[in-house]
Amino acid sequence: MRKSTRFRTVLIGATFAWVLLLALIPYLILFGASFLTGGAETPVVAKPTLANYLHLLSPAVLGMAVDSLGLAAVATLLCLVVGYPFAAILAQAGTRVQPLLLLLVMIPFWTNSLIRTYALVMLLKADGIVNGLLLRFDLIAEPLQLMYTPLAVFIGLVYTLLPFMILPLFAALKAMDPRLLEAGRDLGASRLQNFFRVTVPLTMPGIIAGSMLVFLPALGMFYISDILGGARTMLLGNYIRDQFLVFRNIPMGAAASVTMTLAMGLMLILYSLANSRMGKEQLR
Amino acid sequence: MNRWLQGLYAAAVYAFLYAPLAIVAVFSFNSSKYSLAWKGFTLDWYVKLWHNAGLMTAALNSLVIAACAATLATLLGTVAAFILHQYRFPGRRLLFGTLFVMMMSPDIVIAISLLLLFLALALPLGFTTLLFAHAVLCVPFVATTVLSRFHGFPTDIVDAARDLGASEYQVFRSIILPLAAPAVVGGWLLSFTLSLDDVIISFFTTGPDFEVLPLRIYSMVRLGIKPDVNALCVVMMAITVLALVLSRKLLKERK
Repeated sequence: MRKSTRFRTVLIGATFAWVLLLALIPYLILFGASFLTGGAETPVVAKPTLANYLHLLSPAVLGMAVDSLGLAAVATLLCLVVGYPFAAILAQAGTRVQPLLLLLVMIPFWTNSLIRTYALVMLLKADGIVNGLLLRFDLIAEPLQLMYTPLAVFIGLVYTLLPFMILPLFAALKAMDPRLLEAGRDLGASRLQNFFRVTVPLTMPGIIAGSMLVFLPALGMFYISDILGGARTMLLGNYIRDQFLVFRNIPMGAAASVTMTLAMGLMLILYSLANSRMGKEQLR
Repeated sequence: MNRWLQGLYAAAVYAFLYAPLAIVAVFSFNSSKYSLAWKGFTLDWYVKLWHNAGLMTAALNSLVIAACAATLATLLGTVAAFILHQYRFPGRRLLFGTLFVMMMSPDIVIAISLLLLFLALALPLGFTTLLFAHAVLCVPFVATTVLSRFHGFPTDIVDAARDLGASEYQVFRSIILPLAAPAVVGGWLLSFTLSLDDVIISFFTTGPDFEVLPLRIYSMVRLGIKPDVNALCVVMMAITVLALVLSRKLLKERK
């Protein structure tokens, strides 16, 4: 009996030890660092301040943050518009081909996103495939400037994150009872009404989950805006990376990270609230 | 939408997802170095890749770290799932909550909080720090995979074993682990691909002594890339597909 409790104690103790060291303490350090005084030129001083957070509200940083949020929001919307019909088609596919079709969505999802971004460069650069084809068929006289544009960053974000949208949408659409649509039709709903008043509300958890899985990473993917957007387009991720590696301003970068995490937490809470409310509505 | 249009739309989305990857694959076999034109089939780039020490080291490092981090994450994640499922103890909800927050945290936040930890501990950035960072990335995914497998378990087997005098270790070793095996292996493969897929966490938590493939390609993209990188991308994609197909096979067995 004593040996048994020891086994139990060791497992629980070991798990708490690593969770404390590798998760809780790092988060606490990050949180603590965001209140330290220090700047690009000056060494970090252990004097508590709110200056870092106030600096986040300065017009330059706020403008960047709004741009970044806008960029991520548009990319999310594009993923939703492209992904929803696709997920619906996938959910209706025959049971024999469906696993294969799903696997084909998973493969790009798991391929290293830097490799995928590099693949996009091959497509978009001045002497790349897109320009090559357009020139060959005389649709353009000069190569188009596709790389280092906001358009390229959009393409990169949508390309990288589209599978993250499709998979939760697919799960939600798959779980929907098709008889509900028949019932709607029998009760005289048009196809459009059926879609907006039956399908969309029922798949809302999938829509929200997919949107978060696209929106949150989109804010951080600094390498996509680096490689495809040049120096012009800035994401929150670029800002945080630069604070750490270029300006060596750890407190500032920490404050930006904490703000990003809090925003994420807020969205998760809203999501679970929306989920439980919708669950109740379905019961009624 | 009629079926024909649906098929066309699905094909267009697949084309969007696969066209860039296909182009990389095609160019890895093209004997022309820079131009778009197809100049004939060649395996030269694969041979050149084999002799490109820097690129091969980076790729090998990526695979080594993926295997090691997956093993560590599987160990920690399986134990975490086991105690969460089997025991009631103070702090259980905190553990659940932390795993959830770890899973949901943006990569860049995980990367930076760990970077600050490593700086505070004065650990030099390299293999060890990257190993821990990738394990942190993967553990919650292993824990949820294994936990979902536990959900369907008949609890009376464990009770029966205890009544017959099995120790907690014997319960774990002889009942829980064999039953959870497919999920444990599936979790390992999932972690392996997660680690191979990562860019952001590697970017912050490894040093120049231990360069991994995505970072190597990152620094090469700006300077211009030779086609042996295409060949390497094809090899890495093949490894990813293999791990993915295997993990899906293993996870499907539970049904």
